[in-house]
Amino acid sequence: MSGLILKNGYVYDPLNGIKGEKMDICIENGKIVEEVSDAKVIDCSGKVVMPGGVEIHSHLAGGKVNVGRMLRPEDHLKNVYPKTKLTRAANGYSTPSTFLTGYLYAKLGYTTAFTAALPPLMARHTHEELHDIPMLDKGALTLMGNNWFIMRYLKRGDVELAAAFVAWLLKAVKGYAIKVVNPGGGEAWGWGRDVRSLDDPVPHFDITPREIISGLVKVNEMLALPHSIHLHANNLGRVGNFATTLETMQVPNGTKPARERQVLQLTHAQFHSYGGDSWKNFASEAESIAKAVNSNENVIIDIGQVVFGDTTTMTADGPMEYYLSSLTGLKWANKNIELETSPGVTPFVYSKRSPVSAVQWAVGLELALHINDAWKVLLTTDHPNGAPFFKYPTIIAWLMSSKYREETMKEVHSAAQKNTTLATIDREYDFYEIATITRAGQAKSLGIQETKGHLGVGADADVAVYDINPEEIDPSRDYKLIEEKFARTSYTIKGGEIVVKDGEIVKVVQGKTLYIDARVDESLEREVMRDIDYYFKRFYSVNLANYPVQEVYLTNPTPVQIDATNVR
Amino acid sequence: MQRYTDVICSFCGTLCDDIEVVVEDNKIVDVKHACRIGTAKFLASNDYEHRLLKPMVRKNGKLVEVSLDEAIEEAARILKDATKPLLYGWSSTSCEAHSVGVELAEELGGVIDNTTTVCHGPSVLAIHDAGYISCTLGEVKNRADLIIYWGANPMHGHPRHLSRYSIFPRGYFRERGQQDRELIVIDVRKTDTAKIANKFIKVNYGEDYELISALRKVVNGGELREESVAGVPREEIIALAEKMKNAQFGVLFFGMGLTQSYGRHRNIDNAINLVRDLNAHTKFVIMAMRGHYNVTGFNEVLSWQAGFPYAVDFGRGYAWYNPGETTANDVLQRGECDAALIIASDPVSHFPRKSIEHLARIPFIAIDIHPTPTTQLADVVIPSAIAGIEVEGTAYRMDAVPLRLRKVKEPPEGVLSDVEILRRILARVRGEEALTAKAEVAK
Repeated sequence: MSGLILKNGYVYDPLNGIKGEKMDICIENGKIVEEVSDAKVIDCSGKVVMPGGVEIHSHLAGGKVNVGRMLRPEDHLKNVYPKTKLTRAANGYSTPSTFLTGYLYAKLGYTTAFTAALPPLMARHTHEELHDIPMLDKGALTLMGNNWFIMRYLKRGDVELAAAFVAWLLKAVKGYAIKVVNPGGGEAWGWGRDVRSLDDPVPHFDITPREIISGLVKVNEMLALPHSIHLHANNLGRVGNFATTLETMQVPNGTKPARERQVLQLTHAQFHSYGGDSWKNFASEAESIAKAVNSNENVIIDIGQVVFGDTTTMTADGPMEYYLSSLTGLKWANKNIELETSPGVTPFVYSKRSPVSAVQWAVGLELALHINDAWKVLLTTDHPNGAPFFKYPTIIAWLMSSKYREETMKEVHSAAQKNTTLATIDREYDFYEIATITRAGQAKSLGIQETKGHLGVGADADVAVYDINPEEIDPSRDYKLIEEKFARTSYTIKGGEIVVKDGEIVKVVQGKTLYIDARVDESLEREVMRDIDYYFKRFYSVNLANYPVQEVYLTNPTPVQIDATNVR
Repeated sequence: MQRYTDVICSFCGTLCDDIEVVVEDNKIVDVKHACRIGTAKFLASNDYEHRLLKPMVRKNGKLVEVSLDEAIEEAARILKDATKPLLYGWSSTSCEAHSVGVELAEELGGVIDNTTTVCHGPSVLAIHDAGYISCTLGEVKNRADLIIYWGANPMHGHPRHLSRYSIFPRGYFRERGQQDRELIVIDVRKTDTAKIANKFIKVNYGEDYELISALRKVVNGGELREESVAGVPREEIIALAEKMKNAQFGVLFFGMGLTQSYGRHRNIDNAINLVRDLNAHTKFVIMAMRGHYNVTGFNEVLSWQAGFPYAVDFGRGYAWYNPGETTANDVLQRGECDAALIIASDPVSHFPRKSIEHLARIPFIAIDIHPTPTTQLADVVIPSAIAGIEVEGTAYRMDAVPLRLRKVKEPPEGVLSDVEILRRILARVRGEEALTAKAEVAK
């Protein structure tokens, strides 16, 4: 593989503190290097150069996404791309086919993506779909907040056994991090119930959401996993849920992170920042949430921004999907998964004329603008829950232009003006901050910042070049141009190869699949295996031997070795 | 002698994964835990007299043995020369084969469809309209106290469904197994499953929809004025509705008695909505009793690759889905396809006569493990190895839990897996060099 030199671009590389300096980026053998002799030169003058985008929370792949596809054939009559010599036939708007998912991310300049919720029993399915997503390095956040083993261990105070179980589970299902969704609520949904506060006991398990969260925080730091716990808090989407969210943020207080990162990522915070006490006075509490984030070292958020239009909501929060479908009357899919979780899916339309949608739209932007430190904000739409991921350029343009926000506000229900603070905010993001919330911050949160999310020597050669001249363009005024240019890169470079040129796929590549391979103390492992064996024999519907996912399902399997033998 | 445990039975959608198989001299000599059908499938893999062993091509009206290369070449020629080939079958092979199949269909601009079209196709249509409120089978085992089979007879079709997942097993919240549960069977005749039920409700043939509607009316607080509906007395309907509302965790398993009788997808739509209504009162779920062991897997693969669960037409260069137009029988009966590839399925035995008449008129390829009426009518016949016995692969249980099929013995000499056969055909369709140099056979 010969080298590449990206010459003379304006480089934004927050992890290395580079703020739009004119630089050359040298690439050889898939890595960023100091210098390269035999190289193809790409003229990047007048263009923005950033590390490849990193997606931290997107429902990319797996059973739930595919249920979304089966539920909504109408979604696949939209966004249709015929087969070409290079690319497969592809379709789908809110639940794009696997191939299209890879192509679209690459066109946006993204090179790494983590799927938001892998149900362990269905892990093989998630990996089969990830296998068919080209262009990206991948990983899977693994659902654990309603797992019977974990709830039982934590109830008994056996944090070490819980840690040993988590280590076993991540390796068995080839998962990357601890994902917690509506802790306790997923199990309650096995009986058609939910938990509505941090201290609501889970039926039959006699443990509370608070105990599940604090227990898993402990486990995560004992194992020193690269990512923090990734929490979808209780009461998602409910009126007045901000109080639960504020309380949730306090749960890990006093915990020291085992690595240089947060101890809690509060995911799609937009859906958790609502005030009011009925849909009639539904209002934003983004400012209170932002204040709490500003003053809390342990917590970061990703936004979960809403963009107006039709989408498909999907989450492991089964009771929430039932509640939502009861409000809309639209079709509803549900899937309780034994001993583990209970996802659901239902379509939704965010309408500009709806006061609730208008407030939701404003809340996401308010969060991003009220939180002072861009490292504490990650750009997501919780694809496809707030909007499909390919709406990112629109959100970037909103963040960079208060004028664009004003223009949009004129088109939407007046609740966005009355019940939120968005209209009062002048702050505008610059390119450096955009690079932070779309790649550097993600990489840091995931603990992959050594090789991802930056352009320093030794990083993977994943690069995005956008046809934007920061000296000439005024994002505040030229927001339409920003929206357009961030939607298709001049070049996307993946592992040192040009995969997108002028917004078109020019090469299809297969990325790596990252998973955690954590080693724990042998006697602890033996003890936890006894429990696993016992439970599988009695309560699972598959044999233990058929549960773990073989490496053959992963593209370029890349285990992240963790030595946790000190846990005992 | 080699003993294999945790083997997955590749027969029905129950996908039992606790089978023990003993192999001696590449022959299966013992099978433990499987039902009679599953055991027979494992043992039948020994019987080379009733296997397809040699590739064949029809010459002067007769199928004659040829080399594998020649058969692949002829298969590729037939498909390449066609304007609109139909690729049908798929439900009894692995997802890896499905994946190559979708790529081949796309390359050819053909139609790809599986047996969903003649079993739970109506269920899929209902899901498009109403959703799908379901769970994995372990949830049923651990929680369910009310189990209903409607238009399904698992005692015959899915023999271990009752003992592994539904009525007999002990579960976490159902420690006493059967004693903690109630079984109700609704059907047009007293099946063997109905004979072991706590209650059998006989519904008039073709009137399932009316009975579902009556139940919904009662569940939603309406007053039932009719003396009886669909042959079921009013009191019995009210009692059943109350029982459903008062269950802690209820499940409605439905089979082809509901999907393929009068009303079809409307029946399923109504049943899903009944379950949705019940969720206002308690926990209730519904599940389709999928037949072939990997019929579900095909729906999954096609959905994530092409956006639709079955009946996809790639004629436009992208996926077009319109059941009734793009479904196998419709394509055949309109005489629209001018070639076909049939894999892991026997439509000549099961499709309507009019469909078969067209199939007989066009050149087609059959890939299967043993001779069937379909292979006898085909122009190219390619023998394949048995997924789950002779080759590994992936299959999805009826509740979409994916499992890794195991290999316990070698395939007959010279016989390749479906995946490898399809890859070679695809390569030849694309004009790439034959892959034969790599391996003449999977020895």
